[in-house]
Amino acid sequence: MDPYLRVTDLRVSFPTADGVLRAVEGVSFAVEGGRTLGVVGESGSGKSATALALLGLHDLRRATVTGQVTIGGRELVGRPETEIRRLRGRNVAMIFQDPLSALHPYHRVGRQIAEAYRVHHRGAGRGETRRRVIEMMDRVGIPQPDRRYDQYPHEFSGGMRQRVMIAMALVNDPALLIADEPTTALDVTVQAQILELLTDLRAEFRTAIVLITHDLGVVGQAADDVLVMYAGRIVEQGHVEQVLRTPQHPYTSGLLASVPSLRGDPEADLRPIPGSPPSLTELPTGCVFHPRCRHAGALGDRCRTEPPELRVVGTGGHRLACHLPTRERARRRAEDTTRAGVAR
Amino acid sequence: MLRFLVKRTLSAVLTLFAVSVLTFLMFFALPRDPVSGMCPRNCNPERLERVRQELGLSDPLVVQYGGYMRGVVAGRELGAAQGGHCDAPCLGWSYVNNEAVTDTLVRVLPVTLSIVVPAAVLWLLLGMGLGLVSALRRGTWVDRVAIGFSLTGASLQLYFVGAVLLLIFVYTLGWLPVPGYTSLLDDPVRWAGGLVLAWLSLALLCSANYARLFRAQLLETLGEDFVRTARAKGLPRSAVYGRHALRAAISPVITVAGLDVGAALGGTVITETTFGIHGLGRTAVDAVRAGDLPTIMATVLAAAVFVVLANMLVDLLYAAVDPRVRLG
Repeated sequence: MDPYLRVTDLRVSFPTADGVLRAVEGVSFAVEGGRTLGVVGESGSGKSATALALLGLHDLRRATVTGQVTIGGRELVGRPETEIRRLRGRNVAMIFQDPLSALHPYHRVGRQIAEAYRVHHRGAGRGETRRRVIEMMDRVGIPQPDRRYDQYPHEFSGGMRQRVMIAMALVNDPALLIADEPTTALDVTVQAQILELLTDLRAEFRTAIVLITHDLGVVGQAADDVLVMYAGRIVEQGHVEQVLRTPQHPYTSGLLASVPSLRGDPEADLRPIPGSPPSLTELPTGCVFHPRCRHAGALGDRCRTEPPELRVVGTGGHRLACHLPTRERARRRAEDTTRAGVAR
Repeated sequence: MLRFLVKRTLSAVLTLFAVSVLTFLMFFALPRDPVSGMCPRNCNPERLERVRQELGLSDPLVVQYGGYMRGVVAGRELGAAQGGHCDAPCLGWSYVNNEAVTDTLVRVLPVTLSIVVPAAVLWLLLGMGLGLVSALRRGTWVDRVAIGFSLTGASLQLYFVGAVLLLIFVYTLGWLPVPGYTSLLDDPVRWAGGLVLAWLSLALLCSANYARLFRAQLLETLGEDFVRTARAKGLPRSAVYGRHALRAAISPVITVAGLDVGAALGGTVITETTFGIHGLGRTAVDAVRAGDLPTIMATVLAAAVFVVLANMLVDLLYAAVDPRVRLG
């Protein structure tokens, strides 16, 4: 089966006063229906810029978008706004980080969801639209949808607001859902509920989901595949199991090590990645991660001069952009130990 | 909603009370005998004494204030020379104008209303129109022209713009009559003809602020998450702007417009002077110059009433626009 979403060599850049800001640099991936792709990275890693490109939401007066984004067989990049608009909300829907600011404060929630439905169902009458909206509100777990229909966003709790956003996104049965940090603004307990809801809905509607987050916990809980981004590039990509269990890129390992763990000594466990992400207008030469990488010196000048390519390592589509993967380091360490043993 | 209205009305009454007390006190704090101003010509000691008596100036301040307020609420007796009984709302007698102050106000208020209300409609339409166009065409020559226009407008003075307009339309082209006030009820065409230059010059000057305010507000709103949501739904541009962005950008405009209109109704002194129209503003200035206490009191109170009313209206409009305000 052809994947519903296929992204090939996507590049997004913004001309700024300090030079060209390269937010996304040659990103490729694909998502099939019924699967969730987690996109992980720090702020500024290009994950949100990627998400916006999937709906053609970049302001083309200020951003340059190249590459290919194919949704259900239709190419998006470079198409006129009116054509992309017909895909938005119907084939691809999006939910955002902060449901309070993402909902219009002056409009009743029912009306906001109804608006999303009617724009793609021109013939739908009032009664039909209302029934559909209430059914959707009920489906995403909003109690008393009939009464809640006429309320305003400020009368909802954070979790309920995100449910409204999800109802709005799913009201047209889109084949692809893009969730940009859908749980970041929510309490942890509500977070789990929303993730569970997304997983249920995916199973029910066979939706393809792109789940953008900076939280590896969220990825572990809800994603099938994962894509780790750094400075606008994919550094590691594969099944969630592979990547989280046996991370090969030092950045992925670093991200995992910087998540507090409940097991073991919390002080000793928490190891932040030194330094901060590079400026996107003045990227380092060679591997973009080398200034923060603990192993950058191990290969002489190579990490500083030669950008690593994203290539397949191991089995099951595990891909990596690093000259010295964890596995290779481990092998070298083993050799060193053996050699030391022999010498002794 | 009712509670909201009652609360607002009470605070409005309190504000007006405070304004009336302050004006009253301020007048007596002036280093000048209040009576001297009220007896401009043929002033002999007897007449001065009579005025003093009639105004009750020898009574304690509280009694004087009480008498004044009683007149406003229930009417009171004035001297025989001043027409005897003065019906509520009685604002006293002007010795300068030789008429009841209430009559003066009834005469000049329609003049000021006739200047300000149409001018406000014009300047809002013009300002928001320019703001909208320049926000939609941001960075293009349309935007630059609109912003240049509003910058020019903001830096000009009314008496200059007014004089230029008068020179062109009245004295050179002769398209318009010499400005003046005719009652709208008597002759709507002459009413408009006599005031249109005043409206235009006010609109030209005031719209500048609204254009820049509305443009900035719209651009800010267009960056809001809910506008992105509207686009993500697949709404056409017209709906994104019309239904989502405009409504959210309009709140600050309401605030500023309310304040501006309220203040303008209190007297458009410069406009009235430039076009030789005698409204509330001119009346107030004349009264201050002549030391005409009852007229000063009345014009200050009228201005305060307008500002307070405009503020109430702003609050009500706010509640109508923004559902979050309705709770409070």
